Amino acid sequence: MQRYSGFGLVKHALSHHENWERQWRNPTPKKSYDVIIVGGGGHGLATAYYLAKEFGVTNVAVIEKGWLGGGNTARNTTIVRSNYLWDESAALYEHAMKLWEGLSQDINYNVMFSQRGVLNVGHTLQDMRDIQRRVNANRLNGIDGEVLDAKGVQALVPIMDCSKNARYPVMGASWQPRAGVARHDAVAWGYARAADALGVDLLQNTEVTGFKIRDGQIYGVHTNRGDIEAKTVGCVTAGNSGVMAKMAGIKLPLESHPLQALVSEPIKPILDTVVMSNHVHGYISQSDKGDLVIGAGIDGYNGYGQRGSYPTVEHTLQAIVEMFPIFSRVRMNRQWGGIVDTCPDACPILSKTKVKGLYFNCGWGTGGFKATPGSGHVFAASLAKGEMHPIAAPFSIDRFNTGALIDEHGAAGVAH
Amino acid sequence: MSQPNRLKTGGRVDRSRQLTFTFNGQRYQGHPGDTLASALLANGVDIVNRSFKYSRPRGIVAAGAEEPNGIVQLGSTEAGQVPNVRATQQALYQDLSARSTNGWPNVQRDLMGLVGKLGGQFMPPGFYYKTFMAPASMWLTYEKYIRKAAGLGRSPTENDPDIYDHRHQHCDVLVVGAGPAGLSAALAAGRAGARVILVDEQEEMGGSLLSSRESIDDAPATTWVEKVLKELSELEHVTLMPRTTANGYHDHNFVTLHERCTEHLADLAPRAGGRRQVRSRMHRVRAGQVVLASGAHERPLVYAGNDVPGNMLAGAVSTYIRRYGVAPGNRLVLSTSNDDGYRSALDWAEAGREVVAIADARQNPDGELVEQARAKGIQIIAGSAVIEARGDKRVAAAKVAKIDIEGFKVTGPVEELACDTIASSGGFSPVVHLASHTGSRPTWNEELLGFMPSPVKGMTPTGGAHGVYALGQVIADGFKAGSAAGEACGFERQDASLPKVDERREGAAVALYQVPHQKATLRGPKQFVDMQNDVTAAAIELATREGFESIEHVKRYTAMGFGTDQGKLGNINGMAIAARCLGRTIPEVGTTVFRPNYTPVSFGAIVGRHCGELFDPERYTAMHQWHVENGAEFEDVGQWKRPWYFPRTVNGKTETMHEAVARECSAVREKVGILDASTLGKIDIQGPDAREFLGRVYTNKWAKLAPGRVRYGLMCKDDGMVFDDGTTSCLAENHFLMTTSTGGAATVLEWLEIWHQTEWPELDVYFNSVTDHWATMTVTGPEARKLMAELTDIDLDKDSFKFMDWREGKVAGVPARVFRISFTGELAYEINVQANYAMHVWKKLFAHGDKYGLTPYGTETMHVLRAEKGFIIAGQDTDGSVTPEDLGMHWAIGYDKPNSWIGKRALTRPDTKRTDRKQMVGLKPKDPSVVLEEGAQIVFDPNHAIPMPMKGHVTSSYYSPTLQSGFALAVVMGGHQKMGETVYLPMVDGQVHEAEIVSPIFLDPKGERQNV
Ligand SMILES: Cc1cc2nc3c(=O)[nH]c(=O)nc-3n(C[C@H](O)[C@H](O)[C@H](O)COP(=O)(O)OP(=O)(O)OC[C@H]3O[C@@H](n4cnc5c(N)ncnc54)[C@H](O)[C@@H]3O)c2cc1C
Repeated sequence: MQRYSGFGLVKHALSHHENWERQWRNPTPKKSYDVIIVGGGGHGLATAYYLAKEFGVTNVAVIEKGWLGGGNTARNTTIVRSNYLWDESAALYEHAMKLWEGLSQDINYNVMFSQRGVLNVGHTLQDMRDIQRRVNANRLNGIDGEVLDAKGVQALVPIMDCSKNARYPVMGASWQPRAGVARHDAVAWGYARAADALGVDLLQNTEVTGFKIRDGQIYGVHTNRGDIEAKTVGCVTAGNSGVMAKMAGIKLPLESHPLQALVSEPIKPILDTVVMSNHVHGYISQSDKGDLVIGAGIDGYNGYGQRGSYPTVEHTLQAIVEMFPIFSRVRMNRQWGGIVDTCPDACPILSKTKVKGLYFNCGWGTGGFKATPGSGHVFAASLAKGEMHPIAAPFSIDRFNTGALIDEHGAAGVAH
Repeated sequence: MSQPNRLKTGGRVDRSRQLTFTFNGQRYQGHPGDTLASALLANGVDIVNRSFKYSRPRGIVAAGAEEPNGIVQLGSTEAGQVPNVRATQQALYQDLSARSTNGWPNVQRDLMGLVGKLGGQFMPPGFYYKTFMAPASMWLTYEKYIRKAAGLGRSPTENDPDIYDHRHQHCDVLVVGAGPAGLSAALAAGRAGARVILVDEQEEMGGSLLSSRESIDDAPATTWVEKVLKELSELEHVTLMPRTTANGYHDHNFVTLHERCTEHLADLAPRAGGRRQVRSRMHRVRAGQVVLASGAHERPLVYAGNDVPGNMLAGAVSTYIRRYGVAPGNRLVLSTSNDDGYRSALDWAEAGREVVAIADARQNPDGELVEQARAKGIQIIAGSAVIEARGDKRVAAAKVAKIDIEGFKVTGPVEELACDTIASSGGFSPVVHLASHTGSRPTWNEELLGFMPSPVKGMTPTGGAHGVYALGQVIADGFKAGSAAGEACGFERQDASLPKVDERREGAAVALYQVPHQKATLRGPKQFVDMQNDVTAAAIELATREGFESIEHVKRYTAMGFGTDQGKLGNINGMAIAARCLGRTIPEVGTTVFRPNYTPVSFGAIVGRHCGELFDPERYTAMHQWHVENGAEFEDVGQWKRPWYFPRTVNGKTETMHEAVARECSAVREKVGILDASTLGKIDIQGPDAREFLGRVYTNKWAKLAPGRVRYGLMCKDDGMVFDDGTTSCLAENHFLMTTSTGGAATVLEWLEIWHQTEWPELDVYFNSVTDHWATMTVTGPEARKLMAELTDIDLDKDSFKFMDWREGKVAGVPARVFRISFTGELAYEINVQANYAMHVWKKLFAHGDKYGLTPYGTETMHVLRAEKGFIIAGQDTDGSVTPEDLGMHWAIGYDKPNSWIGKRALTRPDTKRTDRKQMVGLKPKDPSVVLEEGAQIVFDPNHAIPMPMKGHVTSSYYSPTLQSGFALAVVMGGHQKMGETVYLPMVDGQVHEAEIVSPIFLDPKGERQNV
């Protein structure tokens, strides 16, 4: 792999950038692999990378029906935080956070992980009780966090309306300084490049159309480019996971919903942190290009359309202008949608299935980007060892039978 | 000289009136009818901005929505600032004030430009992914400097005084675009009698005809426009909406229209009749049929230096001359791949300016327009193109050379022609954006060299948007589309009586996108594809070399098309370049997806009136005014404003919440208090199967509840977790009144409806929200009966009107339902009266209650009193992970009910049966003066290292004046078996509180006080 550095950039500039290598190959599929990852989003690519790097499994294919990282990875609003309520999720997201903190160096690709802090704002007494509870839990789990009052919020975000006149005045917030945003495309590309360098085959424009299962054991997949064999298959297909599971005769407790986001035109830097509000229902950050990046909740109906409905845009902007009245004259440039796979308890599924060798990693719903490195890492460990990694174990499909749900709804109404 | 580029005659501006405006602090003049861009060009302003990445000087390129450079900051006051206004779409008005969005210290002399010039080569696409990685801790610092360069305009820092409106509309036929196609479509549908809405984003309707050389019916095209508009305006069902952009096209022909009502008049909406007018209005239109007559955008050619001010689209040059009477230079070189580009040279020549030469990429150009140019003696250099524009802040010369398009190389010697303007035309791209919003991908048409809209149900593309360009055919096509759309809505087909338009012989165009240069793309001077984002042909080539082969990857790696013009100008060129580099065809490479908005729309317009006090309605109870007058502090509960506590002011000193609550609590425990409980949800349930239904949604039993009786009920979700609770009273055999928590009212009603409508439609039962119809006041405390006796005809005898009974009668002369239920643990009467009578009853209670010490109390006191009794609040003491058994409410679970009920199956799962689940207990702090923090986490071993195993948390915590101690409700793992044990609560300040696990019922465990 050609190493990237400031010095390299200068060197390449002097040779008119004619000597840059491909970031990944475009290989022809082999007949068989040790492991197949279905879905070339961030989670799938990270899984492949850690399989090769941490667990020495390099005979791996990532099969992607479109372009790498073109699903939710390319569409999300990139909020990264780890201040989840329950121990199980806190462990998972904090594991990811620690990996984020060295990711650019590890994969030699600047994913622009920007720890500009995330505020989860509270507007009611119950909001504040929930915030206190979550921050107390975070602290005892070793995750950074602070409870701020309205003054503290105002000091961090001077342009926000923290006055008593607001319909739902800001009462305070939780503040996680280590949280922030990252560059979504770079995450996909960086993992792709690093995985490719370790020998992983990235098969783009290849759609898995079925699973090859014999006697309850998986031994390969059907694709639009022919059959490919493997005794271990990890399915990491986000909004399409319900459809994929059905191909294997499995029913997952997932609903696929459109989730939208929108951006303003680029404006000069004015907002330094990520601000999220469950109660008023919207969240906002400003990208390095200057766009205000805005989102809120899912569209209520199920669908696979990768676009959303207009009323959701209206509600979202109402919340934003309610919190930031000065943005009324800023203009919305674009809206778009992804398809998110939501679970009844707002937590992901990382699990074996009744088909031996077939694993699922899905159900991340509206908030899986932040977990990308952690999810990839523990999923890779599970695939490599044939046993779920301890951090992944509580997220088994079994929990919907036993009742051991990990309900993160309460703490994460706008769950990003 | 004022307006040096303004022609003496011609154009549609009103030369009789002058408008003064400022740009970058300099005063200029223009005329009504100008856009900001045309006025700037009239005044010879070449540089309107500096580019985003390389800080290169940039000028106006286009005349419409596709303009990438003329992005300005508008506004002369802080509150009136508007960022990123496109100068080509902003009407000029008196005192308009605009600035460039980039350039320091100014756009003429920009220091960053130096950085761009020297450092440009170190900033290939994606350079930031490849560097700034060491040391890891420095990224935030690097990023700070990167961010400094971010953004175009700026947000205002003051609140927006303007207002925005929404309107819902329905029509048979929505015609988008009022050029020749749209006008004739509207005419056809309108004549048929259809309800037509015709929108156009421009100040005036007419589209391309406003700057056309063509004649219609032997008169200037604009005469036909006037005639058609007159007829349309006389058709009753036709609505004409200029200055209105169809900005989003959603499923099922739902289109959003953004009408700019006063943006063409001033920064802040002017007042009319003393009222501020609406700045802009969003129309949410549901159309039977949509006729897409949005025209086509011209493609520029991509050649070296094509971004130097003075490089323009050929069509834009014509528009400025013909529509605005502005010739944006003196000496023109045209570079074209088609006949159409020739119009700009002809217009230029007719404006009395010099056409230096036309470089035509075709070997044998021979169309009619070509002949006209030849006839004018204009030099035509066939088989050639402008390969490079020379100049720094303005075009100084064009380098023209013979090219081989197929071989992508320069074949002849380079000739340098002195000029100040280069117009280019690479053909047209239908405006397919709106059609793509619905998810349909455009399809490439090799003959027309453009992407065509793919079919969308109920939508017909026409004219330029349909790849039809010759005027006569455009009008015919529009008429046909309009007529067909009308027919699809049930109106009669219209026969066309088409106007006469001269046919013109046109030569075939050639496919030319990027012009070859003597140097290889990566080595040569910059050829810009997307000017707003400074994306060059070299960047696209580099991206493909690095393995970014999908056009979506190319777009994302280079940022092509991510600007505020969404790639209207450059995307097709970029795709063609990617195709060339990858050795594929354009359709193989495909397009990226266009998304709403077509052009940007202010947040304010989308928000409309739904902000500030109308963001979410405030709900008040019937007694609200009394609470205000009596000094209540309010708490937001759902949409309601509920009195939180009633601080008293004595001798100028106002009680703290703590003091007020202590007083209110004592009043209830010792005398009598009153609570406005109107906000609790009330659902009226009727029908022969009402009782059965209750049995299925509540965990407990309802079969035997007799009329006149009340029962507490617990509701679970299907996962077995408590979701809401409340009392339900049997009003009659088939008639019940359910109460819910305040916040849960709507959710519970929805829940009942979902189960009824989707799972048990066979049950004959009906639900009605009656929350607002009945006001509720809780009179509670030892003196409650005495007070009630003074005001009601209901027999209050404790044996005939028992706890958990309800009675009908009169209270204060008003028909009332009185319920003996208690959330305080004291003797309590909940009086329900029709909301309109409530204030009267409330005041009467006070008139009589004074002598008993009747004290109003708010939600805070209510919380303390109920917590002393161990009564839960769903959503505070439960969080979606608590079962009835966890709450110790085994008594409220009817496992043996004949029918199953929601949550039953889930409650038998292994995890819900665990005995070490987190269970509801009371906590008594070892130090009675401590009030534990709500949300504090509970541990068994305070010395455990972090991460500490957490065993539960505090859900409710207060100081009890009755107990003279802090006390709390909490959930603790296996708590029911741990009575008397000590737990620890490690706090953020390092303190560790100790508390004893006790019963959650702190007061009157037998419930004697409420039964008296
Ligand atoms: C608008 C929006 C905003 C969001 N904001 C945030 C946020 O701020 N923070 C956060 O943490 N999360 C956020 N999320 C959620 C986050 O994007 C996802 O949880 C996460 O990206 C999921 O990653 P993934 O790699 O599993 O999925 P994806 O990136 O969707 O990858 C799945 C891949 O599987 C491929 N695939 C599917 N079926 C097949 C098949 N049959 N054969 C081959 N390939 C197939 C798809 O093409 C796709 O590339 C947001 C999501 C959206 C839509």
